[in-house]
Amino acid sequence: MQLSTRHLLGIKNLSKEDISLILSTAEQFKEVLQRPVKKVPSLRDVTIVNLFYENSTRTRFSFELAEKRLSADTINFAASTSSAAKGETLLDTVNNILSMKVDMVVMRHSASGAPHFLAQHIPAAVINAGDGINEHPTQGLLDAFSIKEKTGKLEGNKVAIIGDIMHSRVAQSNIFLLKKMGAEVTVCGPPTLIPKYISEALGVNVSYNLKETLEWCDVANVLRIQLERQNQVLFSSLREYSIAYGINRSLLDSLHKEIVIMHPGPINRGVELDSDVADSKQSIILQQVENGVAVRMAVLYLLSGRNNA
Amino acid sequence: MQVLLTSQQLAESTNQLANALHARHKNLSDVVFAGIQQGGAVLGANIVAELQKLNPSQKVQYGQLDITFYRDDIRKEILAPDTMNMPFNIEGKTVVLIDDVLFTGRTIKAALDTLLDYGRPAKVELCVLIDRKEHRQFPIQADYIGKTIVTDKTDKVKLVNGEVVLI
Repeated sequence: MQLSTRHLLGIKNLSKEDISLILSTAEQFKEVLQRPVKKVPSLRDVTIVNLFYENSTRTRFSFELAEKRLSADTINFAASTSSAAKGETLLDTVNNILSMKVDMVVMRHSASGAPHFLAQHIPAAVINAGDGINEHPTQGLLDAFSIKEKTGKLEGNKVAIIGDIMHSRVAQSNIFLLKKMGAEVTVCGPPTLIPKYISEALGVNVSYNLKETLEWCDVANVLRIQLERQNQVLFSSLREYSIAYGINRSLLDSLHKEIVIMHPGPINRGVELDSDVADSKQSIILQQVENGVAVRMAVLYLLSGRNNA
Repeated sequence: MQVLLTSQQLAESTNQLANALHARHKNLSDVVFAGIQQGGAVLGANIVAELQKLNPSQKVQYGQLDITFYRDDIRKEILAPDTMNMPFNIEGKTVVLIDDVLFTGRTIKAALDTLLDYGRPAKVELCVLIDRKEHRQFPIQADYIGKTIVTDKTDKVKLVNGEVVLI
């Protein structure tokens, strides 16, 4: 079995079979990560560049660790310390790197569609590590993997995505994936942070009421409020956001069931999640991070064979 | 298509292998068994079940080894992995690898590479149902053999409907 694509640009164009293959392969890589030697020789002859035009800690470390655990050679590129700062174009930068015999490109970029552009112009396999407000496919995959691991399934699950849906590539990748796999999705947040036609466009429920949403869902994926958006008058203050959409212990205890809490990180403690929620046994936030490495290993492994085919 | 082992002969061979393993490993505390996915894992389960009958007082430790990530032809074709299940420590133990067919030896080489990432066994033995001896590409031989057969290099030996056949 093989993936139907040679790049991972987004969840949008993946088939249900592709997603299942990535998730089942990731299960086997999770086993690799429990061994005395947490490494396999599969990508020993593959060189991967991590091209980060936007800051990242978790995703970059996770990809780099996944690459090393697969025995690939890796080089890291941060836009701030490179020739991009001297005005070199994206395509020039990448072609220069590829001329040094690089096989795969993992890229994060602030412009939506940047990895799609790259995939059209270079021979290497491209993996999107987050592009603007479009998609963050490996986050969507690792969230799905974590939900499946915790609840045993994806189909039929009720998942709430809470917070800034408008600017979130994590939300978009999650919605595409969960809908494809047969889960129900509700997005919840202030009206200014939820796209007006999202219900029609993506087939999700919309709610502006946090308590009702939490009563409905099995899993709540809580997004980070991007502090840099405070000045865009989308909500009046962090304090007000926290009162209306922050999740605290007393709110969770008032529900008639125990729901699973997720967050892609980094958490603004006391804004979207209180510490006694983020650190509780209902939270699978650190499992998400752990699973991220296995899921990225699966993606890199499955996409590594196509160049020589 | 030629039948190499009928289902009856297959059961006999399985019993023979179990008896041979029992003869050499009376004490099972320092021995673990690992079937190589997929064919070896099926055969292994049958051999281990027989072995357990021969030695009911001791628990036979059995796991399944998947070699997908260690294959030397991995760049030619990316294969989806099978389940890996090694629920025991192999450090200092004797590990008996079990596979259905020993052909080029490349699978066993990959299995040895896989195994060593789980620890340092004291000894590794190999048990196979069918040995296609003349096609070896690595200096690897089995310690327990069900049946040695002469084949062409392009032949395929498979388990079909409970019989071992040459295609």
